[in-house]
Amino acid sequence: MTTKTIKSVYWQGVRDAAPFILVVVPFALLFGVVATEAGLKVIETMAFSTMVFAGAAQFTALQLLTENAPTAIALITALSVNLRMAMYSAALTPHLGKAGLKQRVLAAFFMADQSYACSVLAFENNPDWSIDCKMAYFFGTITAISPFWCAFTLVGALVGTAIPASFALDFAVPITFLAMVAPMLRTAAHVAAALVSITVSLLFAFLPFSLGLIVAGFAGMMAGAQVELIATRREADI
Amino acid sequence: MIDRVDLWAVIILLGVGSFALRFMFLGLIGDRVMPEWVLRHLRYTAVAVLPGLVAPLVVWPAATDGVFDAPRLIAALTTVLVGLIARNVVAAIVAGGTSLYLSLFLLG
Repeated sequence: MTTKTIKSVYWQGVRDAAPFILVVVPFALLFGVVATEAGLKVIETMAFSTMVFAGAAQFTALQLLTENAPTAIALITALSVNLRMAMYSAALTPHLGKAGLKQRVLAAFFMADQSYACSVLAFENNPDWSIDCKMAYFFGTITAISPFWCAFTLVGALVGTAIPASFALDFAVPITFLAMVAPMLRTAAHVAAALVSITVSLLFAFLPFSLGLIVAGFAGMMAGAQVELIATRREADI
Repeated sequence: MIDRVDLWAVIILLGVGSFALRFMFLGLIGDRVMPEWVLRHLRYTAVAVLPGLVAPLVVWPAATDGVFDAPRLIAALTTVLVGLIARNVVAAIVAGGTSLYLSLFLLG
């Protein structure tokens, strides 16, 4: 693969992830604002966003800390919200596992919902890409998003409480995630996985420490895999 | 007020733990080939995790202290519908945001 192609694939990653700036910006702003409201200094808020680099987990940890939950509970709950990153890591391994250690460490550190979602879709659509191409694409998606995450956490922390609740910024997260998922629902198996996940997550919402989400994730993956098996068998019969 | 030691402990340990979760498979399995049944399950990771993460936020929004909120449900359904039809993330986000503000204005 020529350098030119790798460069163009990198920029394709940047372009594909660029729309997510629209959602990362309010999400980061919101974290900055909420953290400041909770009494965090700017440096503490920035440490959160640069060291943890995971919005949903950061919100969870902050929420529990303000409720004076035990430190261990805050930590375990936030980590369990991030358990999906382990699943993303596993899903990306067939594509990026052959890369060098340094690249894999960097890729792992910056892994996020958006970079994962863009990359898996692009890798499925371009099975002929080399490992270098795939890494270039992945880093493209990261460079489009991560600077905005850090910069707008800072803006949020500095602006503080100036954003009124009527802006309903809380719903930026659900809308983003749903908008990411809907175009992925290409087959009956994908739809089954999503529906089972929603049902199980609501039924098990009473479980502590976000464990309901973990149960829902496994149930959804099993549903998708089973429906795929049935569909392939049926095709084979015809 | 949050205890400073607690706060920094959570920030640092959450940072280390999050990295460990992200690196778990990518780092440890590397280029070893995973069995087909594992790969078959992994194909559905995103569609199995993200809807489950969002569902409680839609049905019991934190902003309304967990009380069901029609504008938020309408916005969620609009986002999914436009995403399904247009197959475009940005179109879905814009549609979802517009319907949220519109229904908050009309119903709220």
